[in-house]
Amino acid sequence: MLTKRIIPCLDIKDGRVVKGVKFLGLKDAGDPVEVAAIYDAQGADELVFLDITASCEKRKTLRPLVERIAEVIYMPFTVGGGITTLEDISALLCAGADKVSLNTAAVLDPGLISGASRKFGAQCIVTAIDARRSGGGWEVTIHGGRTSTGKDAVAWAKEAVERGSGEILLTSMDSDGTENGYDLELTAAVSSAVPVPVIASGGAGCPRHFLDGFISGKADACLAASIFHYRKYSVREVKEYLSANGVEVRLSAG
Amino acid sequence: MIAIFDYGIGNIHSVRKALEKLGARTVLTCKEDELSAADKIVLPGVGAFDDAMECLERGGAALLKKQAACGKIILGICLGMQVLFCESEEASSHKGLGVLDGRVLKFRGGLKVPHMGWNRIKLGVSGRDCPLLRGIDDGEYVYFCHSYYASPREVPVSAGLTEYGTDFTSVAWKDNVYAVQFHPEKSQGAGLRILRNFIALN
Repeated sequence: MLTKRIIPCLDIKDGRVVKGVKFLGLKDAGDPVEVAAIYDAQGADELVFLDITASCEKRKTLRPLVERIAEVIYMPFTVGGGITTLEDISALLCAGADKVSLNTAAVLDPGLISGASRKFGAQCIVTAIDARRSGGGWEVTIHGGRTSTGKDAVAWAKEAVERGSGEILLTSMDSDGTENGYDLELTAAVSSAVPVPVIASGGAGCPRHFLDGFISGKADACLAASIFHYRKYSVREVKEYLSANGVEVRLSAG
Repeated sequence: MIAIFDYGIGNIHSVRKALEKLGARTVLTCKEDELSAADKIVLPGVGAFDDAMECLERGGAALLKKQAACGKIILGICLGMQVLFCESEEASSHKGLGVLDGRVLKFRGGLKVPHMGWNRIKLGVSGRDCPLLRGIDDGEYVYFCHSYYASPREVPVSAGLTEYGTDFTSVAWKDNVYAVQFHPEKSQGAGLRILRNFIALN
Protein backbone atom coordinates (compact mmCIF):
# COMPACT_ATOMS: atom_id res chain seq x y z
CA MET A 1 0.00 0.00 0.00
CA LEU A 2 1.23 3.48 -0.82
CA THR A 3 2.20 5.18 2.42
CA LYS A 4 1.29 8.69 3.48
CA ARG A 5 4.30 10.96 3.21
CA ILE A 6 5.78 13.31 5.80
CA ILE A 7 7.70 16.14 4.18
CA PRO A 8 9.81 18.62 6.14
CA CYS A 9 10.04 21.95 4.35
CA LEU A 10 13.13 24.09 4.38
CA ASP A 11 12.29 27.74 3.75
CA ILE A 12 15.54 29.35 2.68
CA LYS A 13 16.56 32.98 2.86
CA ASP A 14 20.11 34.18 2.26
CA GLY A 15 21.38 30.61 2.46
CA ARG A 16 19.83 29.86 5.88
CA VAL A 17 16.73 27.92 6.90
CA VAL A 18 14.16 30.39 8.25
CA LYS A 19 10.65 30.15 9.63
CA GLY A 20 8.02 32.83 10.11
CA VAL A 21 4.38 33.19 11.06
CA LYS A 22 2.00 33.81 8.17
CA PHE A 23 5.09 34.36 6.00
CA LEU A 24 6.38 37.23 8.22
CA GLY A 25 8.70 37.63 11.24
CA LEU A 26 11.41 35.27 9.97
CA LYS A 27 13.62 33.48 12.50
CA ASP A 28 16.81 31.55 11.79
CA ALA A 29 16.37 27.75 11.95
CA GLY A 30 19.79 26.47 10.90
CA ASP A 31 22.12 25.52 8.07
CA PRO A 32 20.18 23.89 5.20
CA VAL A 33 22.67 21.10 4.61
CA GLU A 34 22.76 20.14 8.30
CA VAL A 35 18.98 20.32 8.59
CA ALA A 36 18.56 18.18 5.45
CA ALA A 37 20.91 15.52 6.83
CA ILE A 38 19.02 15.41 10.13
CA TYR A 39 15.70 14.87 8.36
CA ASP A 40 17.24 12.21 6.15
CA ALA A 41 18.36 10.31 9.27
CA GLN A 42 14.92 10.72 10.89
CA GLY A 43 13.26 8.97 7.94
CA ALA A 44 11.61 11.92 6.21
CA ASP A 45 9.93 10.76 3.01
CA GLU A 46 10.87 13.77 0.91
CA LEU A 47 12.21 17.27 1.36
CA VAL A 48 10.95 20.55 -0.03
CA PHE A 49 13.35 23.45 -0.39
CA LEU A 50 11.73 26.83 -1.01
CA ASP A 51 13.67 30.01 -1.60
CA ILE A 52 10.95 32.15 -0.07
CA THR A 53 12.35 35.52 -1.00
CA ALA A 54 13.04 34.64 -4.59
CA SER A 55 9.80 35.79 -6.18
CA CYS A 56 9.73 39.28 -4.74
CA GLU A 57 13.43 39.99 -5.05
CA LYS A 58 13.49 38.49 -8.54
CA ARG A 59 16.62 36.56 -8.01
CA LYS A 60 17.37 32.96 -8.82
CA THR A 61 17.28 30.07 -6.40
CA LEU A 62 20.71 29.31 -5.10
CA ARG A 63 21.78 26.49 -7.33
CA PRO A 64 25.01 25.71 -5.47
CA LEU A 65 23.06 25.20 -2.27
CA VAL A 66 20.77 22.75 -4.05
CA GLU A 67 23.85 20.87 -5.20
CA ARG A 68 25.22 20.73 -1.64
CA ILE A 69 21.92 19.46 -0.24
CA ALA A 70 21.62 16.85 -3.00
CA GLU A 71 25.08 15.58 -2.02
CA VAL A 72 23.94 14.51 1.45
CA ILE A 73 20.46 13.09 0.93
CA TYR A 74 19.18 10.00 -0.88
CA MET A 75 15.52 10.82 -0.97
CA PRO A 76 13.33 12.83 -3.32
CA PHE A 77 13.81 16.52 -3.22
CA THR A 78 11.65 19.40 -4.51
CA VAL A 79 12.94 22.91 -5.17
CA GLY A 80 10.89 26.07 -5.54
CA GLY A 81 11.15 29.84 -5.39
CA GLY A 82 11.62 32.26 -8.22
CA ILE A 83 11.36 29.71 -11.01
CA THR A 84 10.14 31.49 -14.12
CA THR A 85 11.55 29.69 -17.16
CA LEU A 86 12.19 26.22 -18.56
CA GLU A 87 15.90 27.01 -18.31
CA ASP A 88 15.52 27.58 -14.54
CA ILE A 89 13.82 24.19 -14.23
CA SER A 90 16.45 22.44 -16.29
CA ALA A 91 19.25 23.97 -14.18
CA LEU A 92 17.63 22.89 -10.89
CA LEU A 93 16.94 19.34 -12.08
CA CYS A 94 20.57 19.12 -13.19
CA ALA A 95 21.70 20.46 -9.79
CA GLY A 96 20.06 17.43 -8.17
CA ALA A 97 16.41 18.34 -7.62
CA ASP A 98 13.86 15.65 -8.48
CA LYS A 99 10.93 18.02 -8.78
CA VAL A 100 10.40 21.73 -9.04
CA SER A 101 7.56 23.69 -7.55
CA LEU A 102 6.02 26.54 -9.53
CA ASN A 103 3.98 29.23 -7.81
CA THR A 104 3.85 32.93 -8.78
CA ALA A 105 5.22 32.47 -12.28
CA ALA A 106 2.66 29.74 -13.04
CA VAL A 107 -0.22 32.00 -11.98
CA LEU A 108 1.10 34.84 -14.13
CA ASP A 109 1.78 32.50 -17.06
CA PRO A 110 -0.08 29.18 -16.77
CA GLY A 111 1.60 28.09 -20.00
CA LEU A 112 4.77 27.58 -17.95
CA ILE A 113 3.16 24.49 -16.39
CA SER A 114 2.17 23.07 -19.78
CA GLY A 115 5.60 23.67 -21.28
CA ALA A 116 7.45 22.31 -18.27
CA SER A 117 5.28 19.20 -18.09
CA ARG A 118 5.80 18.47 -21.79
CA LYS A 119 9.54 18.92 -21.51
CA PHE A 120 10.32 17.31 -18.16
CA GLY A 121 7.26 15.13 -17.41
CA ALA A 122 4.30 15.69 -15.08
CA GLN A 123 6.00 13.75 -12.28
CA CYS A 124 8.50 16.54 -11.63
CA ILE A 125 6.19 19.55 -11.95
CA VAL A 126 4.59 20.54 -8.64
CA THR A 127 2.23 23.49 -8.56
CA ALA A 128 2.40 25.32 -5.25
CA ILE A 129 -0.74 27.23 -4.30
CA ASP A 130 -0.85 29.75 -1.45
CA ALA A 131 -4.54 30.09 -0.60
CA ARG A 132 -6.38 32.44 1.73
CA ARG A 133 -9.99 32.17 2.91
CA SER A 134 -12.18 34.61 1.06
CA GLY A 135 -15.98 34.68 1.04
CA GLY A 136 -17.15 31.07 1.03
CA GLY A 137 -14.00 29.77 -0.66
CA TRP A 138 -10.26 30.29 -0.99
CA GLU A 139 -8.38 32.81 -3.08
CA VAL A 140 -4.97 32.23 -4.65
CA THR A 141 -2.27 34.64 -3.50
CA ILE A 142 1.17 35.15 -5.05
CA HIS A 143 4.48 36.84 -4.24
CA GLY A 144 4.71 34.98 -0.95
CA GLY A 145 1.16 35.88 0.01
CA ARG A 146 1.52 39.59 -0.62
CA THR A 147 -0.60 39.82 -3.76
CA SER A 148 -4.21 38.67 -4.14
CA THR A 149 -5.22 37.33 -7.53
CA GLY A 150 -8.99 36.88 -7.41
CA LYS A 151 -8.45 33.29 -8.63
CA ASP A 152 -10.34 30.48 -6.89
CA ALA A 153 -7.86 28.01 -5.38
CA VAL A 154 -9.84 24.86 -6.22
CA ALA A 155 -10.37 25.94 -9.83
CA TRP A 156 -6.71 26.87 -10.17
CA ALA A 157 -5.61 23.50 -8.80
CA LYS A 158 -7.77 21.77 -11.41
CA GLU A 159 -6.36 23.92 -14.19
CA ALA A 160 -2.79 23.29 -13.05
CA VAL A 161 -3.39 19.53 -13.18
CA GLU A 162 -5.06 19.76 -16.59
CA ARG A 163 -1.99 21.60 -17.80
CA GLY A 164 0.23 18.75 -16.65
CA SER A 165 1.17 19.32 -13.04
CA GLY A 166 1.74 15.97 -11.30
CA GLU A 167 1.27 17.19 -7.74
CA ILE A 168 -0.23 20.10 -5.80
CA LEU A 169 1.51 21.69 -2.81
CA LEU A 170 -1.30 23.49 -1.04
CA THR A 171 -0.48 26.05 1.65
CA SER A 172 -3.10 27.75 3.77
CA MET A 173 -1.99 31.35 4.28
CA ASP A 174 -4.37 31.62 7.22
CA SER A 175 -2.80 28.67 9.03
CA ASP A 176 0.86 28.98 8.04
CA GLY A 177 3.15 29.09 11.06
CA THR A 178 0.29 29.22 13.56
CA GLU A 179 0.71 25.56 14.65
CA ASN A 180 -3.08 25.38 14.97
CA GLY A 181 -3.52 22.67 12.34
CA TYR A 182 -4.00 22.48 8.57
CA ASP A 183 -6.98 24.11 6.88
CA LEU A 184 -8.78 20.79 6.54
CA GLU A 185 -11.69 22.08 4.49
CA LEU A 186 -9.34 23.64 1.95
CA THR A 187 -7.21 20.51 1.77
CA ALA A 188 -10.22 18.21 1.35
CA ALA A 189 -11.77 20.49 -1.28
CA VAL A 190 -8.62 20.48 -3.42
CA SER A 191 -7.74 16.83 -2.81
CA SER A 192 -11.22 15.72 -3.88
CA ALA A 193 -11.13 17.94 -6.96
CA VAL A 194 -7.88 16.72 -8.55
CA PRO A 195 -6.65 13.25 -9.62
CA VAL A 196 -3.04 13.86 -8.52
CA PRO A 197 -1.44 13.77 -5.05
CA VAL A 198 -2.02 16.80 -2.80
CA ILE A 199 0.47 17.92 -0.14
CA ALA A 200 -1.17 19.74 2.78
CA SER A 201 0.87 22.64 4.15
CA GLY A 202 0.55 25.37 6.74
CA GLY A 203 -0.33 24.98 10.39
CA ALA A 204 1.05 21.65 11.65
CA GLY A 205 1.88 21.98 15.35
CA CYS A 206 1.44 18.48 16.80
CA PRO A 207 1.12 14.88 15.52
CA ARG A 208 -2.67 15.04 15.74
CA HIS A 209 -2.69 17.72 13.04
CA PHE A 210 -1.00 15.31 10.60
CA LEU A 211 -3.60 12.65 11.39
CA ASP A 212 -6.37 15.18 10.73
CA GLY A 213 -4.66 16.25 7.48
CA PHE A 214 -4.66 12.69 6.19
CA ILE A 215 -8.11 11.65 7.44
CA SER A 216 -10.33 14.76 7.28
CA GLY A 217 -8.15 16.66 4.81
CA LYS A 218 -7.72 13.63 2.50
CA ALA A 219 -4.11 14.70 1.94
CA ASP A 220 -1.63 12.36 0.28
CA ALA A 221 1.30 14.00 2.04
CA CYS A 222 1.71 16.47 4.90
CA LEU A 223 4.37 19.15 4.88
CA ALA A 224 5.64 20.95 7.96
CA ALA A 225 8.47 23.21 8.96
CA SER A 226 8.50 24.74 12.44
CA ILE A 227 7.37 21.61 14.31
CA PHE A 228 10.50 19.87 13.00
CA HIS A 229 12.97 22.78 12.91
CA TYR A 230 12.58 23.58 16.58
CA ARG A 231 12.81 19.84 17.50
CA LYS A 232 9.38 19.88 19.09
CA TYR A 233 8.79 16.50 17.45
CA SER A 234 10.97 14.41 15.19
CA VAL A 235 9.70 13.01 11.90
CA ARG A 236 9.88 9.55 13.47
CA GLU A 237 7.71 10.58 16.46
CA VAL A 238 5.05 11.94 14.12
CA LYS A 239 5.16 8.75 12.07
CA GLU A 240 4.91 6.52 15.14
CA TYR A 241 1.82 8.44 16.24
CA LEU A 242 0.27 8.09 12.78
CA SER A 243 1.05 4.38 12.64
CA ALA A 244 -0.50 3.83 16.08
CA ASN A 245 -3.61 5.57 14.75
CA GLY A 246 -3.97 3.39 11.68
CA VAL A 247 -2.28 5.52 9.03
CA GLU A 248 0.17 3.59 6.85
CA VAL A 249 3.58 5.27 7.01
CA ARG A 250 7.13 4.12 6.34
CA LEU A 251 8.86 3.57 9.66
CA SER A 252 12.12 2.09 8.41
CA ALA A 253 14.71 4.79 7.86
CA GLY A 254 18.28 5.45 6.92
CA MET B 1 33.04 0.45 -15.26
CA ILE B 2 29.30 1.15 -15.24
CA ALA B 3 28.01 3.18 -18.17
CA ILE B 4 25.02 5.36 -17.39
CA PHE B 5 23.27 5.83 -20.68
CA ASP B 6 22.88 9.57 -21.14
CA TYR B 7 20.30 9.82 -23.90
CA GLY B 8 19.26 13.35 -23.10
CA ILE B 9 16.36 12.71 -20.77
CA GLY B 10 15.83 13.18 -17.05
CA ASN B 11 17.88 13.68 -13.93
CA ILE B 12 20.62 11.10 -14.24
CA HIS B 13 23.08 12.72 -11.87
CA SER B 14 21.54 11.26 -8.73
CA VAL B 15 21.96 7.71 -10.07
CA ARG B 16 25.59 8.41 -10.78
CA LYS B 17 26.15 10.07 -7.40
CA ALA B 18 24.68 7.07 -5.58
CA LEU B 19 26.72 4.52 -7.56
CA GLU B 20 29.93 6.47 -6.97
CA LYS B 21 29.23 6.82 -3.27
CA LEU B 22 29.06 3.02 -3.21
CA GLY B 23 32.48 2.82 -4.83
CA ALA B 24 31.58 2.13 -8.46
CA ARG B 25 33.38 3.75 -11.36
CA THR B 26 30.86 5.29 -13.74
CA VAL B 27 30.73 7.10 -17.03
CA LEU B 28 27.85 9.17 -18.35
CA THR B 29 27.76 8.50 -22.03
CA CYS B 30 25.78 7.98 -25.21
CA LYS B 31 28.82 6.84 -27.20
CA GLU B 32 28.54 3.35 -28.59
CA ASP B 33 32.16 2.41 -27.94
CA GLU B 34 31.93 3.42 -24.27
CA LEU B 35 28.63 1.59 -23.83
CA SER B 36 30.09 -1.52 -25.47
CA ALA B 37 33.24 -1.37 -23.35
CA ALA B 38 31.41 -1.01 -20.01
CA ASP B 39 30.78 -4.02 -17.76
CA LYS B 40 27.25 -2.88 -17.10
CA ILE B 41 24.77 -0.36 -18.46
CA VAL B 42 22.24 1.65 -16.46
CA LEU B 43 19.29 2.94 -18.46
CA PRO B 44 17.71 5.74 -16.44
CA GLY B 45 14.82 7.91 -17.52
CA VAL B 46 11.94 10.10 -16.48
CA GLY B 47 9.33 11.74 -18.66
CA ALA B 48 7.32 10.42 -21.57
CA PHE B 49 7.71 7.06 -23.37
CA ASP B 50 7.63 8.48 -26.91
CA ASP B 51 10.25 11.14 -26.10
CA ALA B 52 12.56 8.57 -24.55
CA MET B 53 12.22 6.16 -27.49
CA GLU B 54 12.75 9.00 -29.95
CA CYS B 55 16.03 9.86 -28.20
CA LEU B 56 17.03 6.19 -28.10
CA GLU B 57 16.22 5.63 -31.76
CA ARG B 58 18.47 8.54 -32.68
CA GLY B 59 21.31 6.60 -31.10
CA GLY B 60 21.66 3.60 -28.89
CA ALA B 61 18.48 1.55 -29.37
CA ALA B 62 20.08 -1.02 -31.68
CA LEU B 63 23.20 -1.17 -29.55
CA LEU B 64 21.23 -1.72 -26.34
CA LYS B 65 19.30 -4.58 -27.90
CA LYS B 66 22.51 -6.15 -29.13
CA GLN B 67 24.27 -5.71 -25.78
CA ALA B 68 21.30 -7.22 -23.95
CA ALA B 69 21.31 -10.19 -26.30
CA CYS B 70 25.07 -10.69 -25.78
CA GLY B 71 24.68 -10.94 -22.02
CA LYS B 72 25.68 -7.44 -20.88
CA ILE B 73 24.20 -6.67 -17.47
CA ILE B 74 21.58 -3.96 -17.88
CA LEU B 75 19.54 -2.11 -15.25
CA GLY B 76 16.53 -0.07 -16.36
CA ILE B 77 15.19 2.47 -13.86
CA CYS B 78 11.64 3.92 -13.94
CA LEU B 79 10.98 4.95 -17.56
CA GLY B 80 14.22 3.13 -18.34
CA MET B 81 12.44 -0.05 -17.19
CA GLN B 82 9.37 0.65 -19.30
CA VAL B 83 11.24 1.20 -22.57
CA LEU B 84 12.83 -2.26 -22.21
CA PHE B 85 9.39 -3.76 -22.90
CA CYS B 86 7.65 -4.12 -26.29
CA GLU B 87 5.06 -1.37 -26.21
CA SER B 88 3.26 1.12 -23.96
CA GLU B 89 -0.26 2.46 -23.61
CA GLU B 90 1.36 5.85 -23.13
CA ALA B 91 2.97 5.78 -26.58
CA SER B 92 1.29 7.10 -29.70
CA SER B 93 4.14 6.71 -32.15
CA HIS B 94 6.92 4.51 -30.78
CA LYS B 95 7.45 0.86 -29.87
CA GLY B 96 9.67 -0.13 -26.98
CA LEU B 97 13.03 -1.88 -27.23
CA GLY B 98 11.46 -5.32 -26.77
CA VAL B 99 14.33 -6.61 -24.65
CA LEU B 100 11.71 -7.91 -22.20
CA ASP B 101 8.43 -9.39 -23.41
CA GLY B 102 5.33 -7.55 -22.26
CA ARG B 103 3.42 -4.28 -22.35
CA VAL B 104 3.36 -1.07 -20.32
CA LEU B 105 -0.09 -0.21 -18.96
CA LYS B 106 -1.78 2.80 -17.36
CA PHE B 107 -3.11 2.68 -13.79
CA ARG B 108 -6.90 2.45 -13.81
CA GLY B 109 -9.74 2.67 -11.34
CA GLY B 110 -9.83 6.19 -9.95
CA LEU B 111 -6.40 6.03 -8.32
CA LYS B 112 -4.36 9.17 -7.84
CA VAL B 113 -1.75 9.24 -10.59
CA PRO B 114 1.25 9.59 -10.57
CA HIS B 115 1.73 6.76 -8.07
CA MET B 116 4.05 8.90 -6.01
CA GLY B 117 5.71 8.02 -2.73
CA TRP B 118 6.96 5.06 -0.71
CA ASN B 119 5.44 1.65 -1.26
CA ARG B 120 6.41 -1.95 -0.49
CA ILE B 121 8.14 -4.53 -2.66
CA LYS B 122 6.70 -7.99 -2.22
CA LEU B 123 9.01 -10.70 -3.46
CA GLY B 124 7.61 -12.48 -6.53
CA VAL B 125 8.18 -16.10 -7.52
CA SER B 126 11.75 -15.39 -8.60
CA GLY B 127 12.32 -12.71 -5.95
CA ARG B 128 14.25 -14.89 -3.51
CA ASP B 129 16.67 -15.91 -6.25
CA CYS B 130 17.09 -12.45 -7.75
CA PRO B 131 20.62 -11.24 -6.98
CA LEU B 132 19.48 -7.62 -7.22
CA LEU B 133 17.19 -8.18 -4.21
CA ARG B 134 19.71 -9.97 -2.00
CA GLY B 135 19.29 -8.74 1.59
CA ILE B 136 16.03 -6.95 0.78
CA ASP B 137 13.22 -7.98 3.11
CA ASP B 138 9.80 -8.92 1.79
CA GLY B 139 7.79 -5.72 2.23
CA GLU B 140 10.70 -3.28 2.10
CA TYR B 141 9.76 0.30 1.20
CA VAL B 142 11.11 2.07 -1.88
CA TYR B 143 10.25 5.34 -3.64
CA PHE B 144 8.01 5.41 -6.70
CA CYS B 145 7.02 8.18 -9.09
CA HIS B 146 5.25 6.97 -12.24
CA SER B 147 1.91 6.79 -14.04
CA TYR B 148 2.42 3.59 -16.05
CA TYR B 149 3.72 0.13 -15.16
CA ALA B 150 5.19 -2.79 -17.03
CA SER B 151 3.30 -6.05 -17.31
CA PRO B 152 5.71 -8.83 -18.29
CA ARG B 153 4.29 -11.65 -20.39
CA GLU B 154 6.15 -14.32 -18.43
CA VAL B 155 5.26 -14.57 -14.73
CA PRO B 156 8.78 -15.50 -13.50
CA VAL B 157 10.10 -12.18 -14.83
CA SER B 158 8.26 -10.46 -11.94
CA ALA B 159 10.86 -10.67 -9.20
CA GLY B 160 9.14 -7.98 -7.16
CA LEU B 161 5.52 -6.82 -6.98
CA THR B 162 3.94 -3.70 -5.56
CA GLU B 163 0.29 -3.07 -4.78
CA TYR B 164 -1.34 0.05 -6.13
CA GLY B 165 -4.89 -0.78 -7.18
CA THR B 166 -3.37 -3.91 -8.68
CA ASP B 167 -0.22 -5.92 -8.00
CA PHE B 168 2.17 -4.60 -10.61
CA THR B 169 5.74 -5.64 -11.41
CA SER B 170 8.13 -3.31 -9.62
CA VAL B 171 11.23 -5.47 -10.19
CA ALA B 172 11.71 -7.39 -13.44
CA TRP B 173 14.53 -9.83 -13.99
CA LYS B 174 15.41 -12.05 -16.90
CA ASP B 175 18.93 -13.45 -17.16
CA ASN B 176 21.24 -10.44 -17.51
CA VAL B 177 18.47 -7.83 -17.73
CA TYR B 178 17.18 -6.15 -14.56
CA ALA B 179 14.60 -3.40 -14.28
CA VAL B 180 13.05 -1.50 -11.39
CA GLN B 181 10.04 0.79 -11.53
CA PHE B 182 11.06 2.67 -8.39
CA HIS B 183 14.07 4.94 -7.89
CA PRO B 184 16.77 3.07 -5.94
CA GLU B 185 18.89 6.23 -5.90
CA LYS B 186 16.09 7.96 -3.97
CA SER B 187 15.12 5.08 -1.69
CA GLN B 188 17.57 5.68 1.15
CA GLY B 189 19.04 2.49 2.71
CA ALA B 190 16.98 -0.06 0.77
CA GLY B 191 17.75 1.65 -2.52
CA LEU B 192 21.46 1.85 -1.83
CA ARG B 193 21.43 -1.86 -0.94
CA ILE B 194 19.89 -2.66 -4.34
CA LEU B 195 22.49 -0.53 -6.12
CA ARG B 196 25.25 -2.24 -4.13
CA ASN B 197 23.85 -5.59 -5.29
CA PHE B 198 23.88 -4.29 -8.85
CA ILE B 199 27.51 -3.23 -8.56
CA ALA B 200 28.37 -6.71 -7.25
CA LEU B 201 26.70 -8.56 -10.15
CA ASN B 202 29.02 -10.33 -12.56
